[in-house]
Formats: sequence, structure tokens, C-alpha cells
Amino acid sequence: MSNFARPVHIGIDGVFYSLAHVPQLVRFGSKPARELVDRPSLQDELNGSLRSFTDAVAYAAHQTFIGNLTPEALRACKAPWFENSIEGASEKGRFGDLVDQGSFYRLLAQADQFNLVSLDQQWLAGLSRGVSDGQRLQLRTSDQIAALIQKGALPLGSGKRMAGCFEPGHAEDVNLTADILLENLAAKATAAHALSSLMASLQMAPMDVDYVISCSEEAVGDRYNRGGGNLAKAIAEQAGCMNAAGTDVKSFCAGPMYAMVHGASLIQSGLCRNVAVVAGGSLAKLGMKFQSHLEKRMPILEDVLASFAVLLGPPKKNQPCLRLNSASFHRVGAASSPQGMAEGLAEAPLKKLGMKLTDVDRYAVELHNPEITVPSGSGDVPRTNYRTLAALAVMRGQLKKDQMEDFVRDRGMVGYAPTQGHIPSAVSYLGHALDALRAGRIKNSLFISKGSLFLGKMTQLSDGCSFLIENAEESWRSNVEG
Amino acid sequence: MNFENQGVIKRLADQYGPENLAVVLGNGETSGVEVFAETVTEGDPSYAGPLAGVALKIPVYHVLEPEVTESVPENLRQEKLELSSLVIDVEPMRQVLQASREKLSTARL
Repeated sequence: MSNFARPVHIGIDGVFYSLAHVPQLVRFGSKPARELVDRPSLQDELNGSLRSFTDAVAYAAHQTFIGNLTPEALRACKAPWFENSIEGASEKGRFGDLVDQGSFYRLLAQADQFNLVSLDQQWLAGLSRGVSDGQRLQLRTSDQIAALIQKGALPLGSGKRMAGCFEPGHAEDVNLTADILLENLAAKATAAHALSSLMASLQMAPMDVDYVISCSEEAVGDRYNRGGGNLAKAIAEQAGCMNAAGTDVKSFCAGPMYAMVHGASLIQSGLCRNVAVVAGGSLAKLGMKFQSHLEKRMPILEDVLASFAVLLGPPKKNQPCLRLNSASFHRVGAASSPQGMAEGLAEAPLKKLGMKLTDVDRYAVELHNPEITVPSGSGDVPRTNYRTLAALAVMRGQLKKDQMEDFVRDRGMVGYAPTQGHIPSAVSYLGHALDALRAGRIKNSLFISKGSLFLGKMTQLSDGCSFLIENAEESWRSNVEG
Repeated sequence: MNFENQGVIKRLADQYGPENLAVVLGNGETSGVEVFAETVTEGDPSYAGPLAGVALKIPVYHVLEPEVTESVPENLRQEKLELSSLVIDVEPMRQVLQASREKLSTARL
């Protein structure tokens, strides 16, 4: 029997996902911002295709993301989802929530320690959702906000008026411009909201968190330290985790899987009792495919900043766990072809556990919402991933060719995650996986993430990380002593 | 087709002559294939990239079309293309690309 047959388990105590609906920040997404410079007239068209918060809440893919619909139920929903709203949909989910734009601006202002965000005091007073006392917000008059925008601050719109503005952090440093700092602070604010909400859902004091790992994608730093990072500590502070240390773990879209393996290793080594893995939303990716959506007369669906927080800890008996010694990494010398990736990230970890591809009940892959990607020609990403896994099973004689579609349906799922890079990459399924494992609907799930390192022009390599999750048969103590 | 790829193809065409080249696609989806083919035969239809107004007349194939797979050694075909051939439905793309190639050969006559 191989060394890997004996499981090394780390408990997954809970997960919380959040979607901040920010239609009026879509214009600051990388693609819309560039296109609007060339064609300012696009702004009206863009504005006319933005969704209301009610529509964003009732969107079936979002309801699945926050846990109110299972992926199986989503498959049965009538398409297109943007035309077939879920009746009675709630912004509060089983393991997540949706945050409206006004509330997001307040989270942004609360996360700001450098007077970057100014909120319009009249706008704030008129919000239907009240502001609790004790929040240190920088409030200004409408005239003052207008003057700052005139001088180059970014407008934070709310309907037809201004809710506030966002100022640059430095007069000369191109790494501290208003648009870059807005991206970074949006990641911090959304991740901190997810972490605080996770703590509340677990009825756990933030002071009891030992370590926070951020796998957000933003490059935080000044001109001497572009991407220097440690957004994790800023997020931990914002969430009140005053006893926690933290650091960032990044690998493009593969970041969350690596972050979970690193966090699990800190626990297994005995260095930490628990680790929170968090990520904030990616503002640059708002409206990434907006032109295709406009051409197809669809609403602009990339209008949310997605975030999540996971808490890892010692395993408890029958608890869903990360099987740490199943983790596989994409090696430098490994092939980057679809086949090479599937062999390295699916077949290899299973092989060392003595398992076949058909022994996995559910695969979590890149779960991009196809309603967003298909209109732009990017295809149905999860479906392609599932067909690739099925094809590998056929090549290995574990499946007949005419069973490929059964494999895709039974062991896969339809994509429902917003195209926020690190967010769709497998981790989006964790909440549903925990539910399905606890209920005994599945006995295991293989999480596979991939990263496009070549985008940074430092290497032509791809990357990836994978691991199995399953229920622990024994608690930490018996695991260690046994 | 992105500008970077257009630039690479233009550079290779300048270096080796477009009549000595074929472009081989690895797309998984049919959408976009027609524009790819048009770009390297008639020029960039968006008139924005390096191939704007440059009609290279290079024939385009998909890597899973028999014209290509038959020229790939068996061991390499198994290693690199077997899985993709199970995943990708090449037929719709083959129809588009065949039409493009026929147009090209008619124009050459």
C-alpha cells in the first residue's frame, strides 16, 4: 500500500461567498475603460444595459453561487437565466450573500485608512439601509465631491447622482493612481466582508483566527514594490482578526487551491490551529465581455465583485475535509496541453490514492458561467473541462465513448460563477460540496484549478493545483495517534 | 485574431514567403474560426491589427483535420491529439475552413 493511502485530513469548517453588485463600477473594468476612451458614446449604451440589484439577486447563477440553488437545480432552470428570474429570490444565501452598490460603497469607505474615499453626506443620509454609529467615514458635500471629480477623482455613481468619489493616493506614483487603488481597496473590502460574514455564520470570534491567507489577484504596492502584497493582513485587520498573522499566496486563477493547501499545511505542521483563506473581487474584470453582451442585446452580466472566505481547522469525525496528501501541483516540466493538465491534475492525484477517474463523484473545475462566456466565443468552459476528463477516462479504458455525456452530467455541473479569474476556479463549488458531503449525496469531490502564468509575460508556462475532499473517518487526535 | 498572433504570422510570412506557409488552428469552438481564416487570407477584417489590408492568402487548417493528423507521427498523435479528438467536434470547423480554402484555390486559378 502506498504512503498516500493513509489520509491526512484537514477540516473545512465553513465557507462564505459574497457578490457585490456594482453596476456603476463596470465602466472602470479594464475592457470598458479602454473602449470608452476610444468611443465615449458607448457609455449610454452601457448604462442602458446594466442590471438592477433586484435582477442581480434573482439571477439563477447568483442564487447558486450563494447557496440557495444547488448546481443540479440550476441545470433544470430555464435558459437564458437573465430572462427567467428566480421568484422570491433572497439576497441572503445558505452560505453567501449579495451586497447592493450603496452598501458596497460603505464597505469601501470603511476599509479606507488613507482618505481615498469620500461619500456624499446627503446621499448617505438618504440610504434606505441605515449606517450604524461609529463608522469613520469621510463625508463631503455634493459640491465638494463634484470639485474633487473635476480634479481627477473617480466618480462613484449611484443612479443619476454621485454617491462619492475616489481620489489618487499619490501625485506621481503610477502604482497609486485612483483606478489602481480602487481595484485594490475593492478587493480588500469585499474579502473582509466575506471573512466577517464567515465568522458570524460560524459564531466564531475573529480574534480566534490564527492566520489569514489572501489569494486575491491584485498587485498591492508602490513604485518600489509593485505587487509587494500582503493584502491578507489588511483584510484580517479589517475583519477584526487582531491575533492573526497573514500573507498572500498567488498563482493567477490557481491561487485559491494553492492557498488552501498552504493553509492546510500550516495546520498539519502544528504551526497554526486554524487558517482562513480569503479572496476579494477583481474590479478589472468587470464588463470584460461587455461588447459581446451589447451585441447580443443581453444585460451586462459581469457586474459583480465576487469574494469568498474559507476556514480550515483540525479535522473532526465525519467532517468534510481536505485530503492534504492528495494535493497535486503542475510541475515546471509537465505538459500544458489539455491532456497534460488533466493527467497531472486529475489522474496523478487519484493514482497515488489508488483511485480511478470514475471513482470521483463530483469534479469541481473552472466553473465560469457559460451565459457570460459563450456569447463572446470563449465557449462553455466547464463543459469543455468535463469532456476532457471524460475523454481521459475513455483513453484509460475506464469509460466507453458513448458514456462520455453521462460522465459530464453525473460527475460535472453547469457553470455558475462570475468570470472573476480566481473565483470560478473550483473554489466556487466548495459550499455545495460541503452540503453534499454532509448529506451523503457524494462521497468525495476532486477540486482542480488552472492558472495562465503566461499572461504576465515572465514564462510561457501554465499552472495548476488539485486536491480531493471527503469526509474524515476519524478526528484529529486519532488521525495523529493512530 | 489578436494583434500579437497577427504580428507573428506577418513576420513569418515576410521571412519565409506566405506561399510556403499554412496556419494550423487548435480552437475548441467554431465561433471565431471564420474570422481567423479571413484574417490570414484576406486581411484583418477589423482593420486594426498588423494584418489590416494585408492579404496573405495562407491556407488555414484545424489541427484535427485529416490533412494535418495524417502527417503527424503515430506516437505524437496519440500523445498530443487523441484526447482533443474525443473532446472537440472538428466537423463544423472543417466545413468553414474547407470553404475558405476552396475560395483561395479558386482565386489562384
